[in-house]
This record gives sequence, structure tokens and C-alpha cells, in this order.
Amino acid sequence: MTQHDNLVELSRVRFLRGDRPIFDGIDLNVAAGSVTAFLGPSGTGKTTLLRLISGQLRPASGSVRVDGQEVPQLRRKALYALRRQMGMLFQSGALLTDYNVFENIAFPLREHTDLPESLIRHLVLMKLELVGLRGARALMPDELSGGMARRVALARALALDPAMIMYDEPFVGLDPISKGMIVRLVRLVNDALGLTSIVVTHDLEDVLQVADYCYLISQGKVMAHGTPEALRADDSPWVRQFMRGEPDGPVQFHYPASTYAEDLLGERR
Amino acid sequence: MKLPIGLQHGVLAGLLAGIGSATIFLLRVLRSLPLVALRPGLVVRQVYLVGVLSLVIIMISGLFVGMVLALQGYNNLVRFGAEESLGVIVALSLMRELGPVVAALLFAGRSGSAVAAEIGLMKATDQLSAMEMMAVDPIHRVVGPRFLAGLISLPLLVAIFTTLGIFGGYVIGVQLLGVDAGSYWGQIESAASFREDVLSGIIKSIVFGLLISWIAVFQGYTATATAEGVSRATTQTVVISSLAVLALDFVLTGLMFSGD
Ligand SMILES: Nc1ncnc2c1ncn2[C@@H]1O[C@H](COP(=O)(O)OP(=O)(O)OP(=O)(O)O)[C@@H](O)[C@H]1O
Ligand SMILES: [Mg+2]
Repeated sequence: MTQHDNLVELSRVRFLRGDRPIFDGIDLNVAAGSVTAFLGPSGTGKTTLLRLISGQLRPASGSVRVDGQEVPQLRRKALYALRRQMGMLFQSGALLTDYNVFENIAFPLREHTDLPESLIRHLVLMKLELVGLRGARALMPDELSGGMARRVALARALALDPAMIMYDEPFVGLDPISKGMIVRLVRLVNDALGLTSIVVTHDLEDVLQVADYCYLISQGKVMAHGTPEALRADDSPWVRQFMRGEPDGPVQFHYPASTYAEDLLGERR
Repeated sequence: MKLPIGLQHGVLAGLLAGIGSATIFLLRVLRSLPLVALRPGLVVRQVYLVGVLSLVIIMISGLFVGMVLALQGYNNLVRFGAEESLGVIVALSLMRELGPVVAALLFAGRSGSAVAAEIGLMKATDQLSAMEMMAVDPIHRVVGPRFLAGLISLPLLVAIFTTLGIFGGYVIGVQLLGVDAGSYWGQIESAASFREDVLSGIIKSIVFGLLISWIAVFQGYTATATAEGVSRATTQTVVISSLAVLALDFVLTGLMFSGD
């Protein structure tokens, strides 16, 4: 999966929910081997973007290429072959609640390989050691804290040694220590295993420490992109507002609506 | 999806659209079954969960239904001096109608609802998406085994229900009310035919098993990914399966017993 400079390439992607465009011609690239962050206010479609890249959603038009393959046109079999090269960390962890930690990480190995039990055990323990949870292998998902669940999900996403890993809001709702640990893990895993990582977040400070390249997304468009240093130095009003977390400015906080006065007067439902 | 404005049109179009997508879903599930059959371990686990764990309620219900049938039957038959026919009345009612229908209704409530809730909850907690992202098709891994397990379990449960019912009739009729044991069993043996009675019950139980499993996995898989969505899928499974079982029983009875 490394013959292309860009592992992921989106060009002129449009995506609609009903009649509402979520993306209106978006272009972005993720360089192979990098940690790339997608930043943007809540509800701009960052999760949607990950689902487009992984082929769970199809764009209305435009091209989504991963490793040179046009994802929306892949048949189920080819798509599944591609997904074996992708790990995805859901915000909730999405661990299988019927299985304990060990079995959750063994799950993709058991599904896709015929490895002997001793080797599976070895591989699972290795991934657990990486995320610091080797001692928690017998716990059930409901016995884990949010941060632990996310680390188990990370270990599971790494089980098949993917070429790329996508993190959806990996820092939300974590205490500073767990958060710092995940931040370091993202970098460590990327460099030690030679992966390409995509981190979706609205948590600016943490991601700027770890990302090589950032895209700021809002209102269906890429508003700015660059290295963290370049974005810090950028003084366009939009970037300044977002980077400093100022309430007033061009970034919309409100979901599109009719004017407040109209709603108060009860002219429309 | 845009539906016509009028209420009747809306309801009808919605119903047709629902049946359409449920049929497409069923075809996907059926196509996955050869692969599912290669993983007998998964199916056995589900047969245990939906079938074996339903045994107690099925056996107790079968016993009581048989006992009630015998009481009612005896009270009526004895007026015509025909109480030796008690066995036939009990056995035929159970084999032809009550066994398949009552067991199917219990199965829908006990297992169909559980399957719908489980799949719906897996969806609501992103577990199905996570499987897809691990290149594991949830239709193979989650839906297929549960569907097949329902298909296997219900006919067996119906057989057990019917057997226990006939035994319950024996306990009340022969042991309590004094009907001759020889005529209870003998009349069943001579009057019940394999093709008419046993086979019709088997066909019904297979059809009901398919129907309930289909409705349950479809409701779970297409549930809205919220707590309310899962609870609605569970309720819908029981309501729709029960109505479908009763309606289809009428149709099947009409088809199979209209000749004589
Ligand atoms: N299943 C759905 N049906 C209709 N609209 C949806 C659906 N899922 C998401 N949306 C809409 O798409 C938009 C983008 O959602 P998405 O979840 O991608 O946002 P996000 O950037 O990940 O937000 P957050 O940071 O809050 O997670 C939202 O405005 C939401 O209203
Ligand atoms: Mg999101």
C-alpha cells in the first residue's frame, strides 16, 4: 500500500443528506506515512468524511481514491479486501459486547486467518502490551472505562496490521492523563508500525502536537490546510477564529435555520 | 423516500416499500446461508440461545394446552358417549393448529424479540459498523446464524410442544377422568394420518419459523440506531410476527385442508 505518495485522495467530492449538501466539492489528500488531522466544528461532517473514505457512504459525485482505487466503485469483495488494510477507531470504541477484551482483539484474526491458537494469543498479547492493557485481557467491555475501551479498540484496529488507521474523535471525554496517553499512542503507532493515520477531532491543542498536516473543514469546504506551524501563523479571519476559539467570526455555530424572529412569530413550523 | 400525500396511499405505499426492502434483505440473508453453514459453531450457539432456552416455556405451555383441551373435550364428548375419541380430538387439534400456532406465538415473544433487540442494539452501538470496517460482513456473522437457528429451532419446538400437549391430554383424560388408555392412544394411531396431520404441522412450523426469523432479523437490522428505535423494533417484531402467523395459518389451513 505504499507505492502512492498520497494514500487517500478526495477530489471535488459532493455529498448530500436529503437536500442538504454536507460536502460541496471538497478536495484533500493524505500523504502516505503521515499523521493527518481533519479539524472542524461539530456537525460539519468529519465522521461522514471517514465513512466516505472507508466506503460506508458513497458521494453524490467526485472521486474518493484510497491506495489508487476508486472506493465508491468497488464491489463488496474488493471493498472488504481494501478494508482489511484500514483500521477504524469509533468514538464509542464499538467493542463487541459479547466478548471479553482478548476475544475482541482476536476477532479479526479469527475471522480472516487460520492461525493456530498459540500464535493468535501471541499476537493479541503483543497488541495489548502496545496499548498498556495486557493485564485487562479478561475484562468484559462493560467493565472498561471510556479511555480503556478506546485503547482496546485501538489494539483491535491494529490486529491485522493495517496500512492505515482512522481515529474518530479519539480525545473526547478523556481525562488529561488518558488523553496524553492516546496522543502519544497515535504518534507511536504511526511511526513504529509505519502506518498512515487520519485523526478527526475538534480538539485543537492535542492534535497540533501530533499531526504532520491539518485540514480545517467547515460549511462543506476545506477552509484552510497546512502544517500546524503554518496554520498557527495564518491570519485569515476564519483560521484565527477557529484556532483561538473565539465565539464571533465567520465560523457558523448554528445549524442552518430561518431567522429567529420568524420562529418566534410562529410563521413557520 | 417521497410517498404520495393521501393517508391511505401513504400507508399502502409504505407497506409495499417495507415488504420490498424486507424481501431484498431476505435474499441477501439466504445467499449468505451456504457460508453460514460452514460455521456450525456460530449456528449451534444461536440454536442454544433461541431454541434450547425456549424449551421450558414451550414444554409448560404445551402441557397446559393439552390438559385444557382434554378437559374441554371430555366434557363435550361425554354427553354423546364418545369419550374414547378424546385422544383424536386432542392430538389433531395440537398437530394441525394449536401446536404450530401457539408455539410460534410463544417463540415470537420469547426469541424473535430477543434477536431483534440484540441486532438492533449492536447496530445502535456501532458494533455492526465496526464489523464492516474489519471486513466482516454482519449478514454472514450476525444475521445469518440467528436466522438459520430460528429456522431450525421452531419446528423442533413445535414437535416438543405437540408431544407434551398429547401427554397432558393423557394425564387429564386417562389418569384423572378415566378414559381408557388403550382407546386414547389407539384412536390417535388409527385416525391421525401422516400426510394430513403430521406433515401439515411440519410445513406450518417451517413456514412460521422462516417468517418469525425473517421479521426479527429485518427489524433488528433496520432499527433506528437509538434506544427508542431498538424498543420499537422489538415491539414490531412481536406484533408483526404474531399477526403474520395467525393470517398465514388461516391461508395454509385453507390450502391444505380444503380438499376433504
Ligand atoms: N444518518 C443521518 N441522517 C441524516 N443526517 C445525518 C446523518 N448522520 C449525520 N447527519 C448530518 O450530517 C452532518 C455531519 O454529521 P457528522 O456526524 O459527519 O458530523 P461531525 O463533523 O462528525 O460532528 P461531531 O464533531 O459532532 O461528531 C450533521 O449536520 C448531521 O446533521
Ligand atoms: Mg463525528
